[in-house]
Amino acid sequence: MAQAVPIETAPADVIVVGGGPAGCWAAWNARASGASVILIDKGYVGTSGAMAAGNNTTIDTARGTKERDFTVNQRINRGLGLVRRPLLESVLDRARINLDLLAQWGYAFPVDDDGRPYRGMLRGPDCLRFMRQRLIKAGVRVIDHCPAEELLLTQDGAVAGVCARYRNGRGLLEVRSAAVVLATGGCAFLSGAIGTNNLTGDGYLMAAEAGTTLASMEFSGQYGIAPSFSGVTKGIVYFWATFSEADGHEIVLPGDRQSVAKYLMKGPVFAILDKVSPRLQEGFRKGQPNIFVPFDRAGIDPFRERFQITLRHEGTVRGTGGIVIDERAATSVPGLFAAGDAVAREGMSGATSGGGGPNASWALATGSWAGEDAAAYARHVGAHQVSRPVRPSRVRPVEDGNSRKAEIKQVIEHIKSETLPLDRGFFRSEDSLNRNAMQLDALWKDETWRRPGDAYDAARIREAEALIATARWVTASALLRRESRGVHRRTDAPASDPALTTRIVSGGLDKPWATYDLMRDQAVRAAS
Amino acid sequence: MIELVSAERCIQCDICVAACPDNVFDAVKDGVPVIARQDDCQTCFLCELFCPVDALYVSPLIDAIEGRSEADLAASGLLGSFRREMGWKNAKPYGTGADLSYRMFESGAIVP
Repeated sequence: MAQAVPIETAPADVIVVGGGPAGCWAAWNARASGASVILIDKGYVGTSGAMAAGNNTTIDTARGTKERDFTVNQRINRGLGLVRRPLLESVLDRARINLDLLAQWGYAFPVDDDGRPYRGMLRGPDCLRFMRQRLIKAGVRVIDHCPAEELLLTQDGAVAGVCARYRNGRGLLEVRSAAVVLATGGCAFLSGAIGTNNLTGDGYLMAAEAGTTLASMEFSGQYGIAPSFSGVTKGIVYFWATFSEADGHEIVLPGDRQSVAKYLMKGPVFAILDKVSPRLQEGFRKGQPNIFVPFDRAGIDPFRERFQITLRHEGTVRGTGGIVIDERAATSVPGLFAAGDAVAREGMSGATSGGGGPNASWALATGSWAGEDAAAYARHVGAHQVSRPVRPSRVRPVEDGNSRKAEIKQVIEHIKSETLPLDRGFFRSEDSLNRNAMQLDALWKDETWRRPGDAYDAARIREAEALIATARWVTASALLRRESRGVHRRTDAPASDPALTTRIVSGGLDKPWATYDLMRDQAVRAAS
Repeated sequence: MIELVSAERCIQCDICVAACPDNVFDAVKDGVPVIARQDDCQTCFLCELFCPVDALYVSPLIDAIEGRSEADLAASGLLGSFRREMGWKNAKPYGTGADLSYRMFESGAIVP
């Protein structure tokens, strides 16, 4: 690959990386605060990311009402000691303001049987297309199919722009800015779960290279049920399912339906959606057609026929690990903000999944805070932002060379085999984690596969690096947490230890580390 | 995975090339887009939503090829079925108002 000369483009006050709900709301709020804004996505703003692939339950309750109290208490109970009420309340308040805005703008919310608008459901592709149009009209520059590769830093370590590479071979794009918002989503390790293909932890890697830390990465053992042939992990329908083994023997799953994992490790498992009433069948069909596309096309009537199921890894897309931010959306690096699934959100969802409502509300709220605060920071930096000298931040620059496509592919398959299997990602033990750590360390140190022949290779290599780095933080955190809690399950420590009700922070690239966040514990205690 | 770009139906608008989140298609000058990176398809069906003429078919299988013929798919009404159910037309959404998902929460057994 010839040494690419970067295409320089006009600077912006704020660059938002990632065009899901958090990124769109960050771009909107930065623009509404008067900033010039670029929104850049590795795919297409409107179809990229987890929200685009389905319907998104949102929480639409007002503070002080019975409904709000119920939701908040439910979250606190399910979070297993890590949810913080004040944060939760302010996220839900802010998300509701955004729902008000959507309504004002004319987004067609569904109407319930009593004729009231129902705002607790945002259909992914529809809502994101609506936002995309809104952003373009407001003057946000949207750049599609251009994965960000690294952050640009000033000499004193503030974030000052982004380097990205067009997927179509047009070259490198270097954009200077006063602030950057990372809204790059979580990481599902290329499990095939719908909507997660682009979610490879790129933002974690860029943030860590710039000097931030991560938190709660062990709360990533989250898996979604899907038909065995399909990637559709829309789990809510299985609330009304009956599960069985090959011989028809019923499997009873008290509590979390993910516990089907232990049966899947023994043999095939089947499901039938036989508890869905005709009225609800119509509700699902008219609400979430993408749940049924696989069944219809495979000729299966899921309400009347058994079908084989599997579990697909959803990692930190539905788990809660990610980049550490303050009470709004600032990271510890000046000029760097983060929002949505890219961010650690144990304060909102604790040790369990953030799916089914909290994640969407979290994206709407933190996206808005990130946009507002990035714009304020840009005003503070002022006009001299473009004259600041910058340096690249990438820790392991790649060598141009003869393409190693086969090796890159092999490395990615190797990472998947370390992270996805149920006896690695779902059930963990000191032995399995030590094995993971050793394998991932060797992959990280290996230089031979880091030889891009073209833009495709360059993007894949960067994804592979992000996957390895993410898996190493997960492993380090999971090794440290010697107990089981929520979606972190240690077979060698199956009980929860009340003394460990503290989040774990992690970081480091060549030498990953993890430690209990005791300082934050003290700060939280002092504040309450 | 994406299996079909119907040359018969395609109007070469290249919306699918832009809208695919995984950059699966390549545009072809004066021609129908080609499926250039089938392995990268994440089976999200979203290209079908954006196609104004129902020229695309995504099979439900994520790691195998289904191999159904275009004639068979057209006869079974599967071309454009997802777009129709979602209420999209000419790459624009018109279906959210008819979303009945709220019925999931009617019984009170699940609260978001």
